[in-house]
Amino acid sequence: MAELMRDSTVDDVLQHALELAGSHQAEAMYVGRDAALTRFAGSRIHQNVTESDATLRLRVVDGGRTGVASTNRLDEEGLREVAERAVAMSAQARANPDGAALPGADLGGVDTDRGFSSATAAASPAQRAEGVRAVIAAGEEAVLDASGAFSTETATLAVANSEGLHSRQRTTQAKLLTVMTGPDGASGYAQSTSSEIGGIDPAAVGREAADKAVRSAEATDLPAGTYTVILEEYAVATVIEYLSFSGFSALAVAEGRSFMELGSRVMGDNVSIWDDGADGSGIPSAIDYEGVTKQRVDLVTDGVATGLVHDSATARKEGVAHTGHGLPRPNTFGPLAWNLFMAPGASSKSDMLAGISRGVWVTRFHYVNIVQPRQAVLTGMTKDGTFLIENGQLVRPVRNLRFTQAIPEAFSHITAISSETRLVAAEYSGISARVPAVRIDGFTFTGATAAETGD
Amino acid sequence: MKDLIELALDAAERAGADYADVRFVERLTESLNVKNGALEAASSGRSAGLGIRVLVNGAWGFAGDARMEADAVERLARDAVSIARASGTASGAPVVLDDTPPAVDSYRTPYQEDPFAVPLEEKLKVLFAADEAMARVPGISMREGTMDLARERKIFGSSAGAMIEQELTEAGAGIEVAAVGDGDMQQRSYPNSSGGQHVTGGFEAVRAMALPDHGERIAEEAVALLSAPECPSGEMDIIIDSSQVALQVHESCGHPIELDRVLGMEASFAGTSFLTLDKLDQLQYGSDVVNIDADATAPGGLGTFAYDDEGVPAQNVPIVSSGRFVGYLTSRETAPIIGRQSMGSSRASGWNVIPLIRMTNVSLRPGQAGSLDDLIADTREGLYLATNRSWSIDDRRLNFQFGTQMGWLIKDGRLTQMVRNPTYTGITPRFWGSCDAICGPEAWTLWGVPNCGKGEPMQTHRVGHGAAPARFRNVQVGVRR
Repeated sequence: MAELMRDSTVDDVLQHALELAGSHQAEAMYVGRDAALTRFAGSRIHQNVTESDATLRLRVVDGGRTGVASTNRLDEEGLREVAERAVAMSAQARANPDGAALPGADLGGVDTDRGFSSATAAASPAQRAEGVRAVIAAGEEAVLDASGAFSTETATLAVANSEGLHSRQRTTQAKLLTVMTGPDGASGYAQSTSSEIGGIDPAAVGREAADKAVRSAEATDLPAGTYTVILEEYAVATVIEYLSFSGFSALAVAEGRSFMELGSRVMGDNVSIWDDGADGSGIPSAIDYEGVTKQRVDLVTDGVATGLVHDSATARKEGVAHTGHGLPRPNTFGPLAWNLFMAPGASSKSDMLAGISRGVWVTRFHYVNIVQPRQAVLTGMTKDGTFLIENGQLVRPVRNLRFTQAIPEAFSHITAISSETRLVAAEYSGISARVPAVRIDGFTFTGATAAETGD
Repeated sequence: MKDLIELALDAAERAGADYADVRFVERLTESLNVKNGALEAASSGRSAGLGIRVLVNGAWGFAGDARMEADAVERLARDAVSIARASGTASGAPVVLDDTPPAVDSYRTPYQEDPFAVPLEEKLKVLFAADEAMARVPGISMREGTMDLARERKIFGSSAGAMIEQELTEAGAGIEVAAVGDGDMQQRSYPNSSGGQHVTGGFEAVRAMALPDHGERIAEEAVALLSAPECPSGEMDIIIDSSQVALQVHESCGHPIELDRVLGMEASFAGTSFLTLDKLDQLQYGSDVVNIDADATAPGGLGTFAYDDEGVPAQNVPIVSSGRFVGYLTSRETAPIIGRQSMGSSRASGWNVIPLIRMTNVSLRPGQAGSLDDLIADTREGLYLATNRSWSIDDRRLNFQFGTQMGWLIKDGRLTQMVRNPTYTGITPRFWGSCDAICGPEAWTLWGVPNCGKGEPMQTHRVGHGAAPARFRNVQVGVRR
């Protein structure tokens, strides 16, 4: 926890900020963060950083007029100043009753260190460097360059409001990722993430990426087209992350930008996706940014759209329960599902390969973006290990391909799902997903990185 | 604050740093958002802290903290040195910085009207007037107006003797509408998508956008797009509007010329670059009408400053000259590797992170094709594409695909038919090689991109791109899924 306060606690800061808001309705949110990251490239550490910060965000509601101010100066003067700014903003703002609702005390009350590891919190630069050296060693063994990052983070989120809600959680996260590269275009990727730094095996991460890189050298062209694909867990997690951005929120549905229609079939009956911040096999998250306890939400059940995530604004507007998926309010993005899970199937990856006469194996995707939100059409490139499958075997690496594909449509044609799942942390969004690998019959690649560039 | 910086530098040297620099940064922000006729958000932010970067035996360490008492700062300096020593256990060849002389100077963004002095009610009036204009058009499902203002005060000091104080002021605003029907959603934005236009400057820039004057037009266009035919598929000549050309420059030129990326330092996250060192001064990047520079001195650019975050003076350097690739964006660490001095593009998004090579204002110079109307009139058949909607490019910055909000078919020098969901795709050098006309200075705009992501931990930075509408021959459009 970022100890910016000398003699006070997070609770004291929150309560004092609410007092300084005067007689107004108010919400105080504290976000403390101690983060460190050791970054390596070309098999050497080239960046090594740490930061410590804590921010108090005060939302003041005065007769439906909302003002928000934040500061990372948490002494008496800083708190007075932020309260003055928030009150002044609300005094000048225009009323918007829909945006003013504060959740009641009954929706919060969490005080937990679940998802916190003292070992992760205490991780030293030397410890991270040791992990990095293990990855580099795995690369050197295969004559590959290793790049990547080993990060550790402790975060405290605490929210209190004038309705009596008070919630706090402290979490940690450790993450190690690497890309191994070598001659002739060799490139492989691996990632491991956990609340507990001891749950990460740097040598194993290095070996996984090195193995993939060695097999991906000397890739050749494959024409764009529609193929049967196997998407490894990294690729599936990215796709589901973007479904969350575009479709799982009640606001996205209300604004007509989501593929989700509650009660309708949106994917194949072998697909179930849910959000659960309490599941310890993910990256646990007990509360949202309104301090509301996170509920499990079954988003897609046996292919049918069964649930959406809500915050105060959407819950109030639609007269339904808050699910604990609010981002710092007010915001125009709406609620977000960030502890995602997809149900495993019964297949091994070798079972999934068998029977594919011609297809493509995808390790991961790069630079995915939403082309058409309503149909959840995504585009992006394959990366770090794309292979041609023939007669149930990986026969050769292929150059990276661009896909442009409506994901609900693709997930309506999943013909095999792995029995094992993997926890994958998104590159920067804060979303984590525990997902299986999948086989899809009919996945559209619309372009390729051609050899014509001389590269 | 300068005393504190001196204290930090002294503590770092005493702890064993061979080189140290310290940045104090305080960033004040104000954001307003009006959505569907209601004030969604009025917020004000302040973040301040100190970042200390050190070299010990040629290895880097960095520590940043919001606590700025003397004892905390001394501890922070020692932490940075400890981290550098840990780096030294796997750091390879020692880092060598170029010999940029230390500067003592100050700079302030010029502006006419302090955006923080304009009353909130006056700012809201602009957004509500634009909202009312958009609301006049039936069939709109969502209306949104945003305004983002910022002031960053920063002081850079180094153990080599630099002490530079800068105050950068930024202003940005924009409006957007969405229309929904028949299972489709269409959006239009003004002056640009992703929050509109952003500059370094004062509130006069927001007033000049005249947001209310454009609300009705973009709303009508969004509704019309719902019933427009789909963009055709095939190879066509295309004219791209200046804001989309700016993003094309950003993704296919701005990123691949970052020398840290070229050297593999971003391989595990943002990717690498097809513009490898052997391409410098050799590769024909585009046609001979293509000239691109990186100009941190351009008035009003979001990448405009007097010194970068390593204390290197702002410069204007050529990147592509008559189509030939001639320059990289560099830092004090990377420039010596290619035998050059840093051209001053090492920037940190805040006090808590290290400077990385970032774009300044990477701009396509205006051509000789006159106005947009002139260029359309000069095109027998093709497609006009306006305002970015989606973007994606591979990890070496070769294979890209963009979608725009709106397209128009061109026939015999006139816009004839609006089309929806337009996309285009290509391979970077081939695409720029197909550029045969660029509009002139009268159609050139210096756009601000406020959301450029790079690095781990990821830094979201503010960069600029000047661009005019341009024509490209035989481009694949209308990508089908």
